[in-house]
Amino acid sequence: MSKQLNLVAYKAIAVFLLTCFAAPAWADASMEDRLKAMEQRLDSLEQENLTLKRQLQTTDQKVEVTGEQIDKIATQGVPSKAAWAEKTQFGGYGEMSLNQLHNGGPSGNVNQIDFTRFVLFTGHEFNDQLSFRSELEVEHAHLEGNKGELEVEQAYLNYNFNDRLSGRAGIILVPVGILNETHEPPTFYGVDRNPVETNIIPTTWFESGAGLTTHLGSGFTVDSTVTTGFKADAADNYGVREARQEQFQGTLARNPAYTARLKWAGIPGVELASTVQYQADITQGLDATAGGAILLETHAVLNRGPFALKALYANWNLKGSGPASVGANKQNGWYVEPAYKFSEQWGVFARYNRWDNQAGDVIDSRFSQSNLGVNYWPHPDVVVKFDVQNQKSPAGQDAFNGFNVGLGYQF
Amino acid sequence: MVRFFLLTLLVFLSPAWSADQEAETARFLSETFSQPPATDTLWLTNEVQSAIHSVLEHDYPAARLRYWRDGQRTAWVLEEIGKEMPITVGISVNNGAVERVSILAYRESRGWEVKSPAFTAQFNGAKLTPQLTLDHNIDGISGATLSVRALTRLARLAILLHNTVMNGHAP
Repeated sequence: MSKQLNLVAYKAIAVFLLTCFAAPAWADASMEDRLKAMEQRLDSLEQENLTLKRQLQTTDQKVEVTGEQIDKIATQGVPSKAAWAEKTQFGGYGEMSLNQLHNGGPSGNVNQIDFTRFVLFTGHEFNDQLSFRSELEVEHAHLEGNKGELEVEQAYLNYNFNDRLSGRAGIILVPVGILNETHEPPTFYGVDRNPVETNIIPTTWFESGAGLTTHLGSGFTVDSTVTTGFKADAADNYGVREARQEQFQGTLARNPAYTARLKWAGIPGVELASTVQYQADITQGLDATAGGAILLETHAVLNRGPFALKALYANWNLKGSGPASVGANKQNGWYVEPAYKFSEQWGVFARYNRWDNQAGDVIDSRFSQSNLGVNYWPHPDVVVKFDVQNQKSPAGQDAFNGFNVGLGYQF
Repeated sequence: MVRFFLLTLLVFLSPAWSADQEAETARFLSETFSQPPATDTLWLTNEVQSAIHSVLEHDYPAARLRYWRDGQRTAWVLEEIGKEMPITVGISVNNGAVERVSILAYRESRGWEVKSPAFTAQFNGAKLTPQLTLDHNIDGISGATLSVRALTRLARLAILLHNTVMNGHAP
């Protein structure tokens, strides 16, 4: 029994020892397996990481493409009209006036309200160099008989040759004066445009033709145009405003007008400019008693902080015995306009204007007008205006005195 | 006069034609940074667009804007319509103040004077007031009122975007 017990004990000890000595070999095998497993796991993770990286890259590309599409939709509206809409712009301006003016002259009082101008402009950019600009204007809101006008005030193709030179052709504005090219109501003081740039310049002055704009550097710019000229009439005393052909069908193009302007705007807020125009025959050969004409115009615009000052002088010399016989061989005028802006919303101005469309003889034909008023901009593109005006005129002529109220906008 | 036209054409047609916008952007960046940094993107979230609206009075017509950043300096290429056509402008901002304004593309037929360094230098050093206006007066250019206003809005926008990037949120 005890031998048997001993034998069992020996066996147990042997098994225990065998187990003990055999264990490291098992452990080595397990470690190797585990390392292999870990290696496989690492490989798998590496693959997974690569896949994720590729997926992230793809997602980034998708986001980029989606963003580009969103950008396109945001800028162009719907994709179907993309190319056209991206390159086409609309805008406009308009003005309405109430005039309460007493007049002792032949025309009588003016107590009227008028939507003076309703203008829409369209621009299209064909490419970086070539573009189209236009302004379509309705004057006095309603067209019937001789009341109201519908006119294409600008319609031209513009070509930028490079950063210094651009050219245009079509119906273009004559480069002269302060208001002729920039006359959106929020940009100037006074309900009505000043009488000098109405009767002497004569704004808005558009003609058919072509022009070049050359930037010389240091703030200097030269504008030069060749356009249709005047068709002045003895019945209108050869007045330059009435002489504009306004591009009706059959506009005569026998004697063009050559215009050149030198402008300097080398200091912010300062513009100094002079324009000269020559026409060989302001009647287009229809009046043997009239001939050529030369316009000289010069102006200064100074803005410094809240202060502003505008001054302009313009003078016509008309050849021929016809204009001389009614004193229209000299037509000239000038104005000066100081202004002060109290804030972004409020500004006040004073303006003194003097003009004479028959200054070539000794007969008194000179007009003058003083204006004092205020502009209120509830928004930078919207203006409410008020001014009082006092006119002095030759004996027997109209002299309008009273006040004006206006509304204007641009967009 | 015809001779004058031809002469002018000959003199001015020969210089280089207008470089494209990407080239202008690259030029602007190389003038702004000694080593132009990589392009970054600012997504125009509702929060950012809301801040932009208070400057432009309209949302910026894009989902995101690319910009470049090196330390406290950022550079932006932005567009805004002057009268009829968009003006593309490069603006760098350093520490919340405008460092430089450069017109990259001017498409209006008038008002080219806004491109002159004498005009754009007026923006240098300008910061945003709490009312999101510029603390500098900008003297305008006769006949280019809308372009001047568009550039002023873009200068304000660039500072606003700079502050957004620096602070991590729109003001």
